[in-house]
Amino acid sequence: MIFFKLIVTNLRRHRIRSFISVAGIAFSVAAMLTVVTILQGAIGMFSGILSSNSEIIVFERNVSDLFFSNVPAAAVEEIAGWPMVDHADPVLFGIVSSADHPIITCFGVTAADARIRKATWLAGDRLTFAQHADDVVLGERAAEFLGARLNDHVPIGHGVFHVIGILKTANGFEDGGVFMPLSSAQSFFHKEGTSSVITIKLRNKDDAASFKSMVRATFPNLIGLEDAEFTRSYSQFRILKATAWAVGGCGLVLGGLGVANTMIMSVFTRIREIAILRVNGFSHLQIAAMIFGESAVVSLLGAVLGLVTGTCFLFALKLVPALHGYVDVTIQPVVMLIVILLALLTGIFGALYPAIYAMRIRAVEALRFE
Amino acid sequence: MNLSTAQASNQKRIVLRAEGVWKSYDDGTIAVLKGVDFEVAEGETVALCGPSGCGKSTLLHLFGGLDSLDRGRVSVNGVEVNRHRDLLRLLRHEVGFVFQLHNLIPDLTLAENCLIPTVAAGIDHHTAQARLRQLAGRTGLTHRLGHRIQKLSGGERQRTALCRALMNKPKILLADEPTGSLDEHTSGTVFELLLDIVATEGVTLVMATHDRGLAGRCDRLLEMHDGRIHEPVPA
Repeated sequence: MIFFKLIVTNLRRHRIRSFISVAGIAFSVAAMLTVVTILQGAIGMFSGILSSNSEIIVFERNVSDLFFSNVPAAAVEEIAGWPMVDHADPVLFGIVSSADHPIITCFGVTAADARIRKATWLAGDRLTFAQHADDVVLGERAAEFLGARLNDHVPIGHGVFHVIGILKTANGFEDGGVFMPLSSAQSFFHKEGTSSVITIKLRNKDDAASFKSMVRATFPNLIGLEDAEFTRSYSQFRILKATAWAVGGCGLVLGGLGVANTMIMSVFTRIREIAILRVNGFSHLQIAAMIFGESAVVSLLGAVLGLVTGTCFLFALKLVPALHGYVDVTIQPVVMLIVILLALLTGIFGALYPAIYAMRIRAVEALRFE
Repeated sequence: MNLSTAQASNQKRIVLRAEGVWKSYDDGTIAVLKGVDFEVAEGETVALCGPSGCGKSTLLHLFGGLDSLDRGRVSVNGVEVNRHRDLLRLLRHEVGFVFQLHNLIPDLTLAENCLIPTVAAGIDHHTAQARLRQLAGRTGLTHRLGHRIQKLSGGERQRTALCRALMNKPKILLADEPTGSLDEHTSGTVFELLLDIVATEGVTLVMATHDRGLAGRCDRLLEMHDGRIHEPVPA
């Protein structure tokens, strides 16, 4: 108890300085949590597009981005005919722009696609999809920002399209996207006869391994991955995740520098006190533990405050209409744990030099220090 | 020359011994101790008198392992301090320090300050509390245990420092001008208490002081100047 009081005594003594350190860690933690959660949410949403009513996706082997993947129509036809396959939906991804929106995701799909079949149609009739080349269906949010209603004609990219439906999905990307008939999309993006991926639903999930083997054997240029495998291995996701953690990590390093500064000041202002503890039998390790304890308290308080702040910020972002559907405020426990551990590690590293300095204080000299 | 040995022991065990101790600062330019020989027997009270800078405090620091010497030997309970297997054990269990400035931690209460050595030594809470109550009773501080140091008078602070020094029942008390910051009356009271406690606890006391009046009440009074202990003054 007294040891703990020795730890917190100095924090209470310099309340403003302590608060600034806690705030530094808190902002870093909040930044990391926000960035990582938003990106993981985005990855989850993108994975959700691919795994909509399917277990496996097939795409071109060794492409860095699915937008560059070309799966021939012949492969779609052949795979759809395999006995283990319930259905195979080709999807072509493209990016288009409109006057005020530089990036709109475009999905070229067939009328049988689960995205079209299972979405809630707010306007229009899904049976009319893919009857005309210039027909498009807009996600609810896309309709909002394009200011389009049913039967309007909207300029998208280099074309003008007839809005035959508006649908609502739980997925932010789909909600902000444009659905075109596959053949129209192939023509629009100059990818005749190809799709970006095939999403596969198997009759029996246990056939996944043999399905992937068949893809490998039949189409050496294609690869089939189960959804979880894809999420883990897709290089874009890995880059995004690494970027998120790196950005968050930079924030924590800055927070750590704040802790280091606080702890150095803390040690400098209590040199005599540390000498007193040494004279009363405190070991070097006990002195170091006191300093590390102080920084751990700062880090933990900062981590808790940061988690609360970050969560509130994420909920606030979710309420912003422009971001509707793009921010997924599902904070994974493992992310929270990692963030707390990183904050603690930051605190420990921040206290490293101050602790070493404190351990080296010679009591006899420090006691002369007025 | 070992001037103090004869008077020191009277068959009693020697607990503190300095042999040819040299100590200087600033790379040898300021010589503080110039071959000090000195012995203290168990249970003795010894006063070191001398002008400021003569090396009294340095000698006490050497006995407590707080400083290192240039030449010679310093031993406590027969074990050479600089080669002491465990300097922590020396500070935790064998010697206690009282300084001129009480050196208490202002944000802690009197009780918490006193308990610091027990925390360092890992003494269990109940034993530590019992010892604290005993010493607080002896020093008249029981009613002040929960008070912060800022609320205490100078005399109370120095009595607190005395309690803290004796918490782990050391057999040797090293007191560096323990009453130097107190007025004459309080100084006398604290010193009485100090002598009373060391007598009843069987503690050996070595005290550096300018106050010859108080020093004269110790078993021995040694004069220090020019880095040496000179002829003992009859106490």
